[in-house]
Amino acid sequence: MRIARAAAYATLLIAAGCQSNHSMLRSSASRQAANIEWLYWFIFWISLVVFVLVISFFARGSARSQVDDEEMAPVLPQDEERDRGAKAGVAVAIGITVVTLFVVLALSVVTGKTTAGLTSQNPITIQVIGHQWWWEFRYPNPQADLTVSTANEVHLPVGKPIVVLTTSRDVIHSFWLPNVDGKRDLLPGYQSAFTFQVDKPGIYHGQCAEFCGEQHAHMGFEMVAEPMDEFQQWLQQQRKSATDPQDITTVRGREVFLTHACVLCHTVRGTDAGSKVGPDLTHLASRRMLAAATLSNAPGSLAGWITDPQRLKPGARMPANPLQPDDLQALVTYLRSLQ
Amino acid sequence: MAIGEVPVVPPPSAMRHARLLSTWGEPPGFFGWFKKVHHTSIGTRFIVTAFIFFVLGGILAVLMRLQLARPENRFLGPDKYNQFFTVHGSTMIFLFAVPLMFQGFGTYLVPLIVGARNIAFPRLAAFSYYIYLFGCLFFWVGLLLNIGADRGWFAYVTLSGPDYSPGKRVDFWAQMITFTETSALATAVCLAATILRHRAPGMSLNRMPMILWEKLVLSFMVIFAMPAVMLSSSMLLLDRTVGTQFFNPAEGGDVLLYQHLFWFFGHPDVYIIFLPGTAIVTTLVTCFARRHIFGYAALVISTISVGFIGFGVWVHHMFATGLPQLGESFFTAATLMIVVPTAVQFFCWIATLWNGRVQFKFPMWWVAGFFFVFMIGGLSGLMLASVPVDTQVHDTFFVVAHFHYVLIGGAVFPMFGALYFWIPKMTGRMMNDHLGKWNFWLFFIGFNLTFFTMHFLGLRGMTRRVYTYLPEMNWGALNLLASAGGLLMAAGVLVFIVNFFWSRNNGRTAGADPWRAGSLEWAVPSPPPHYNFAELPTVNGREALWDAAPRQPVVIGVREDMRETLVTDTLDADPDHKMDSPEPSVWPFWTAVAVSVLFIGSVFSAKSVEYTSIPVAITIIAWYWPRWGESQRRKATEIWSE
Amino acid sequence: MERVSERPVLDVSDLPTVVFGPRNVVWLGTILFMLIEGTMIAMLWASYFYYRTRSSDWPPGVFPPVLKWGIANSIVFLVSLAPAAWIRRRARTGDVVGCRVGLMALAAFGLVNTALRGFEFANLNCRWSANAYASTIWVLMGIHSAHLLTDVIETIVLAALAFTDRVEGTRLADFDENSMYWYFVVGVALVTNFIVYGASRLF
Repeated sequence: MRIARAAAYATLLIAAGCQSNHSMLRSSASRQAANIEWLYWFIFWISLVVFVLVISFFARGSARSQVDDEEMAPVLPQDEERDRGAKAGVAVAIGITVVTLFVVLALSVVTGKTTAGLTSQNPITIQVIGHQWWWEFRYPNPQADLTVSTANEVHLPVGKPIVVLTTSRDVIHSFWLPNVDGKRDLLPGYQSAFTFQVDKPGIYHGQCAEFCGEQHAHMGFEMVAEPMDEFQQWLQQQRKSATDPQDITTVRGREVFLTHACVLCHTVRGTDAGSKVGPDLTHLASRRMLAAATLSNAPGSLAGWITDPQRLKPGARMPANPLQPDDLQALVTYLRSLQ
Repeated sequence: MAIGEVPVVPPPSAMRHARLLSTWGEPPGFFGWFKKVHHTSIGTRFIVTAFIFFVLGGILAVLMRLQLARPENRFLGPDKYNQFFTVHGSTMIFLFAVPLMFQGFGTYLVPLIVGARNIAFPRLAAFSYYIYLFGCLFFWVGLLLNIGADRGWFAYVTLSGPDYSPGKRVDFWAQMITFTETSALATAVCLAATILRHRAPGMSLNRMPMILWEKLVLSFMVIFAMPAVMLSSSMLLLDRTVGTQFFNPAEGGDVLLYQHLFWFFGHPDVYIIFLPGTAIVTTLVTCFARRHIFGYAALVISTISVGFIGFGVWVHHMFATGLPQLGESFFTAATLMIVVPTAVQFFCWIATLWNGRVQFKFPMWWVAGFFFVFMIGGLSGLMLASVPVDTQVHDTFFVVAHFHYVLIGGAVFPMFGALYFWIPKMTGRMMNDHLGKWNFWLFFIGFNLTFFTMHFLGLRGMTRRVYTYLPEMNWGALNLLASAGGLLMAAGVLVFIVNFFWSRNNGRTAGADPWRAGSLEWAVPSPPPHYNFAELPTVNGREALWDAAPRQPVVIGVREDMRETLVTDTLDADPDHKMDSPEPSVWPFWTAVAVSVLFIGSVFSAKSVEYTSIPVAITIIAWYWPRWGESQRRKATEIWSE
Repeated sequence: MERVSERPVLDVSDLPTVVFGPRNVVWLGTILFMLIEGTMIAMLWASYFYYRTRSSDWPPGVFPPVLKWGIANSIVFLVSLAPAAWIRRRARTGDVVGCRVGLMALAAFGLVNTALRGFEFANLNCRWSANAYASTIWVLMGIHSAHLLTDVIETIVLAALAFTDRVEGTRLADFDENSMYWYFVVGVALVTNFIVYGASRLF
């Protein structure tokens, strides 16, 4: 299972190419991002032309009439005639400015409308809930036991509109996938919806984009966009409760989990651990990264994270968990069995 | 006198000078410092203090850049970094930009430019400085005790509320707002009254130098904008100290209300910082193109338009919050509309130079820098005005680049130009041009290195207010470049400081009007005596000295044995009546102390206000209570209107 | 012998030094302060209605404030305009004795307003920490009470001054401006009372 997942990830990464998965430029991941980028470049070229023109006129204007005396020169008398040409020039410049601004306004509104026009065709709805400093992703379903709750890694089908319902459990965060679309703030006390669609499979990096406290810098996430059938497969897997431990070490690991501070904050469905304070760990091992896209999900990093989260994310809500080496080893083995 | 030559005002006789000085002189000595009420004393204090905080804020920025120079750097942890970026931004906006550009230059220059002997409400002006100073000290004490404000210069709720920011930290920020806004509001009242009622006869509204228009518009912007942030920061403080629920979503509170109130102030605030830059540019361009400004009426209307429209764009700071699209489009339109008056100003300046006789003296270098830097900032603003683009670059280093380009380009470059232009008036000595050029190039190159690079970082996904970043992001090289630029900027500012101190002792003597400029501050000696004008002037055109008639009349009949000023009519500046100008007094100082105790105490104990308000009442009553000698003198000399 | 200025002169010796109303610069300063305080209060009024749009239940979870205290205080505010207007007329004619009487009367009214305000606070039917609505009406009443108290104290101080021999023309102009500020206090009181007592029942 793990190998299959790794292979899937590798394919997606190669498919994405070597370009950055966290830049708003040169992204072909979605139409929204492409439209926005187009508008950006349009305004950029206008800006470049304007800049060159204005600086040139400034330089020319200063140079053509320049005197180099040490003493301050006499004042020029006021002269309507002399200024008449300038009046015409200024009027033309203002006219061009106004027209240009209208064009930018119109394009801006049009671009905004295209990104908003995705709703209708049978969207997938997900909930994004911001926490200090991790992401809760829920896939709601009318049947409660089919609802999925996971953390820090969201999977989405390619080519389908996604309706994102956003809120926050504590402070304002902001959900941002630069390759895909503009950001949306997660506001406590508000439920806000927006829609996007990913057209190209890949693994995309997201980042919290509203200062949310000590570890705002380390509040990233990953979005895995995959073909519909692979997405459904993943969702099915996520719906299952945790696999029962098969060997002694894993059983011992679960014991460690259930008898230490872990249960105070984490849920593992299929056990008695049901706290919602921290991320749901039922399928921890299926994720690529840990600690909100800060660490890779490897045994060494996991052990280090459990033992002393403060070393990597000072201020994080997870306390240090000094464990006996054997216990730690068992716990890590158990967690890595939670596919 | 040949055409175009600027007249030199003859100095007063020794007897006259002595008599005016005995009436208008400032009290000497240590205790005298706390009683001073002349606008040049107060203006100088603002400029010096604000510049010191500019340097302190800059030091924090350099330290921040050192932390960001490499990925996962351990120079500053998140707590220190969060305090530094908060105190850096808050210092630059609240303790430097507005106090220097508006309060410092305004208090020093406006009474001279209108042709008066002192500012209106001089004791209020003195108070505005003390309360500002105490606010600066209070805010920085927090940082120095390592419990500094750490939630950003706008301190969004709920992060800054009692649940997620326990302790005093944000209280330092919120109360600093109260101190500095009180100060700015007091200055606004003084300057508005001075500009509207104390102008020299003949200086009708359409003959006012651009600086007066700008300071007048600014005063009203301050009056209408600052109450919003006073309110939002007070509501936040109340939530944090006495349990109100303004911003607690669980009890009907609303996080967006905070943002609306804050940005209703916050956006006009950046125009409050930018407009003084434009008036300085107009003044310098006029002087160094050796001609009246082109398009005076258009420039006045542009300044007023920016003042008005600036209040209509605040939602563009909230485009990522998911407000209705129609509303957002309105604010895009307003944001783009405000480009028009700014563009008009640029075109008028260029037209002035085009048809002028340009002498590119050193203050003009900073105008050139302004053109280059501010324009880049304004153009990136076009991108931010568009909602779709903004949703990508909002809260990234792209925005950080944008606002540094517009604020440093729009205020700091003109500020340096203004300092090189007016320091000779303030000290009597010219600054050193050679050192100045080093100042300019180090600062200009360093600035562009640091902040142009940040545009790319933002486009490549680097969010702002992060104390570090992962190596995999490949942002390391650009960050290193940006940090290097910061060091160059710091060096540039250091050269300026060296230049200032060198020039005080070794600079060429300036005389009254080294630049042969046209406005009234150049009609008095450098530095000005405390009575400003030996003979109160009248005015014949927009550039008082350039447009003066061969025998331009002076005002007589204002008493010189007591402090008396002339009050003129608002529209045409016709003489209307005469008014006492208050004598030096220590009560503004004590009132500021009492008010500070009240402000600071309220942060620790809400109930303390019951006690701390008593000294405030006492000091204000003592401030107001007329002195027996003065009241008898007024009784003896008063003239009632019909 | 001092040389008299050789330039032509504009002689302002005959201009008055005591003026009332919009000609007076302190009047302008007072107006500007009223703009500042008025803007802040107006934003609080707006915030009240903003919170209203965010809640279906209004007032949320509590009863509206007891009406009779608001009405009583509003009536006293309205009647207090009379001594304020009296002071303005007396001051402009230089009648110091008339001003003494007027200021004492105005101070008395102000003290009654202050006392009634205490009853108002005791009958708002909510604690400020209950919810955002409660916080808003407490702070609205609180800020206005600060203005009220400040002007009452100012009126008392001016009344005391009126009994000394330090009163000349410009001080009489101060009495006039104090009345104008009192109008502002009353105006804000009436609107605030309408919102606190009326809007909670009508909207």
